[in-house]
Amino acid sequence: MISTLGFGTLAIAFALSIYGIIAVAVGLRRRRPEFVRSAEMVAYVNFGLLTLANLAMVYALVTHDFSVSYVAQVGSRSTPLFFTVISLWSALEGSILFWGWVLAAYTAAAVYLHRDRPGPLVPCANATLLVIGAFFYMLLIGPANPFGRVWPVPLDGPGPNPLLQNHLLMAVHPPLLYLGYVGMSVPFAFAVGALLSGELDDGWIRMTRRWTIAAWSFLSLAIVAGMWWAYEVLGWGGYWGWDPVENASFMPWLTATAFLHSVMVQERRDMLKVWNLGLIVSTFLLTILGTFLTRSGIVSSVHAFAQGTIGYYFLGFIAIGLIASLALLAGRGEALRSEGALDAVASRETVFLVNNLLLTAFTFTVLLGTLFPIVAEAVRGVKVSVGAPFFNRMTVPLCVALLFLIGVGPALPWRRATADQLRRGLVPPAAAAVLVAGLSVVFGVRAFYTVLAFAFGAFALVANVNEFVTGVRARRRAHGEGVLTALARLVRSNPRRYGGYTAHLGVIAMAIGIAASSTFKEERQATLRVGERLAVPGGFELRFDELWAAEEPRRFVVGADVTVFREGREAGQLAPRLNYYRGTDQPLTTPAVRSRPKQDLYVTLMAFDERDGSSATFLVLVEPLVIWIWIGGGIIGLGAVIALLPRRRRRDATLGPASARFATSGAGEVAG
Amino acid sequence: MKLRSVLIATAVALPLLALFLRGLGMDPRYIPPAIPGQPAPPFELERMAYDPEAEPSEPTSVRLDDYLGHVVVVNFWASWCIPCRQEHPALVAAAERYRDQGVVFFGILYQDQVRNARRWLAEMGGEAYPTLLDPGSRTAIDYGLTGVPETVIIDRDGIVSYKRNGVVTLDLLVREIEAALARSEEAA
Repeated sequence: MISTLGFGTLAIAFALSIYGIIAVAVGLRRRRPEFVRSAEMVAYVNFGLLTLANLAMVYALVTHDFSVSYVAQVGSRSTPLFFTVISLWSALEGSILFWGWVLAAYTAAAVYLHRDRPGPLVPCANATLLVIGAFFYMLLIGPANPFGRVWPVPLDGPGPNPLLQNHLLMAVHPPLLYLGYVGMSVPFAFAVGALLSGELDDGWIRMTRRWTIAAWSFLSLAIVAGMWWAYEVLGWGGYWGWDPVENASFMPWLTATAFLHSVMVQERRDMLKVWNLGLIVSTFLLTILGTFLTRSGIVSSVHAFAQGTIGYYFLGFIAIGLIASLALLAGRGEALRSEGALDAVASRETVFLVNNLLLTAFTFTVLLGTLFPIVAEAVRGVKVSVGAPFFNRMTVPLCVALLFLIGVGPALPWRRATADQLRRGLVPPAAAAVLVAGLSVVFGVRAFYTVLAFAFGAFALVANVNEFVTGVRARRRAHGEGVLTALARLVRSNPRRYGGYTAHLGVIAMAIGIAASSTFKEERQATLRVGERLAVPGGFELRFDELWAAEEPRRFVVGADVTVFREGREAGQLAPRLNYYRGTDQPLTTPAVRSRPKQDLYVTLMAFDERDGSSATFLVLVEPLVIWIWIGGGIIGLGAVIALLPRRRRRDATLGPASARFATSGAGEVAG
Repeated sequence: MKLRSVLIATAVALPLLALFLRGLGMDPRYIPPAIPGQPAPPFELERMAYDPEAEPSEPTSVRLDDYLGHVVVVNFWASWCIPCRQEHPALVAAAERYRDQGVVFFGILYQDQVRNARRWLAEMGGEAYPTLLDPGSRTAIDYGLTGVPETVIIDRDGIVSYKRNGVVTLDLLVREIEAALARSEEAA
């Protein structure tokens, strides 16, 4: 019954999407607004259908209805309820079903919020979103059908992949990722709508600004959540391996970040139009490419889902998307010429242009490294793997340069910076940079890029904090407000700007955390007998107390109780574990992590004496400042929330309609 | 949308799409194993010190290339591998028998700890030929290992002349080592 219901709703959604696309085309061509309106209805109905399909699947999972193929694939009676619900996205078919729901939700919302805007732009955007929807619904009734029928009905299932049940972050990372990935479809659809309708001013940008910020922030949080999950689960103390799937999520983030900044130049100076269209098209295509890489089996990755024919479907979709986007861009070349021009090298526009270049270079580097194994095998027939050494060597200089830009950008004004502005904006951060560089060398840092990373981190930190400080100071002088009130009102007066600076602070925190934890990581491995101690850098001592075992319905757990001593005094308990899931021979580690602002103490149970538990082998890592990576991620999220706040309207009634127009369009700062 | 734009776009997009299409036909997880007739994958591995107290015996590390001109027998084993116990006497006997003819034997430890390896060898009567350590199992992967024990015989020119997935017997070793020796002599 569930199978029929689920499959039926998806088939109807697919058919309606096709209808909607045709309806928009006919409606715009033949000037029949009722057709265009019916396409709007399709968006709303599809949202209802996909919600129904997803609820049906969750119901089937929770009631262990093994007659549904997806439930037979990932369900199990011994999986706890929480992990059963989130197994909706634990394998290919279910994850595409969830993707379909997020897409339908975004489509319906986009159409609803812009339903009153006249002109062909919004219908074209709707049609684009329906095209994307049609593709995913087609997958769901075709090669990725989660609602297949299973006969005879099995009594139990294998459960979701153990890696996905081992940690709560598994509940968080995929939904955030999909909200980010799919969210990028909306600005993309509006960009295509702009290209199709010819409305190439910054209207499409202003309408989708909030969408872009929201999708970008979801993607940022998803990537950080993924890093945190990897850190807490995989057992080697690392959080990024340049795995193809990690790269797949990172590349659209890079181009989306460039897009977020570059649109400001178009709004203000009417420049970089081709850049902006190119960046958002690239972002969307990279999200599809990312999905293609992970689901087609084309690259070997720890993450990769199953293979099969689905890769060819994605390839077809990428082909259509790529060719159509390029053709649209090529066709509109004349209309995209810039109205404005760069006034001076020392200006914020230049910084944003360099930002675009660096981020594009970064994306290209990661793309090259990810695809190179395929190229090498296709062209030369050799098997190569491209790993961390390549990526680190190529991207660290780019990251450091970007850190520098994070400091320079806020300090430079638009159009042209006077010598005085340059001095006031750049000297304090530069002084901080030199100081921190000196301190780093004194404290023993020898690697060139690490010193630069710390120095530019300080540079950017001072520059961004300075923006808050000067703003608060100016308000206090003008209105006599207290510090906190001034700060709150400052932020509310221009949420985009100060949200952006807050996000910068988050990125800086992450960069410093990554630099410190990579450079100053200490590692020790030892086999200890019960009662034996191990000394670890950082003033820590670990004492192995006891080995224990516990039986749970879905797994068998072996753990070690370890007492931590700091400077001789007892400082806590840790219990690293090995989890043996049914059906897999290799255990999964759950490292025990003691997180403090200064450093993380990270203990993994590697092996134990199976006869009497009298000894166990531990891997111990001391990694400084790791927690700032996660805190930085949170600050980025906070910055995005601030940026999405509505602008505080001026209560001065005498300004009249002019101020109202400024307030509702939200077109950036009033003063230049 | 002008036709010209579509054609330009297709031309630009085509190489990338063709690459992906080709890529879908390939399997990224397939690594060609060392099979007879192909050159033996080179390695340079640290030799395990059997007696940790004694002076380290020469050589401390072994490079396969240094043994060109010799027939080399490589046996992948582990202390936790039951069949390895069965075949060990055969390997020791073969090593003894062909030592004068310049046939070199190496054991490569697979996914195991040095401490266990020492204990195992001590139980089996001592170290008859050098044991090499393969951290990360890179060499095992290069040799296409699907399990232990596996034995590879490499002729004087560095070409794999025989590979056995599973237990070897003395008869088998004798036959294949003789074949490798004969082949090299013919060529010479």
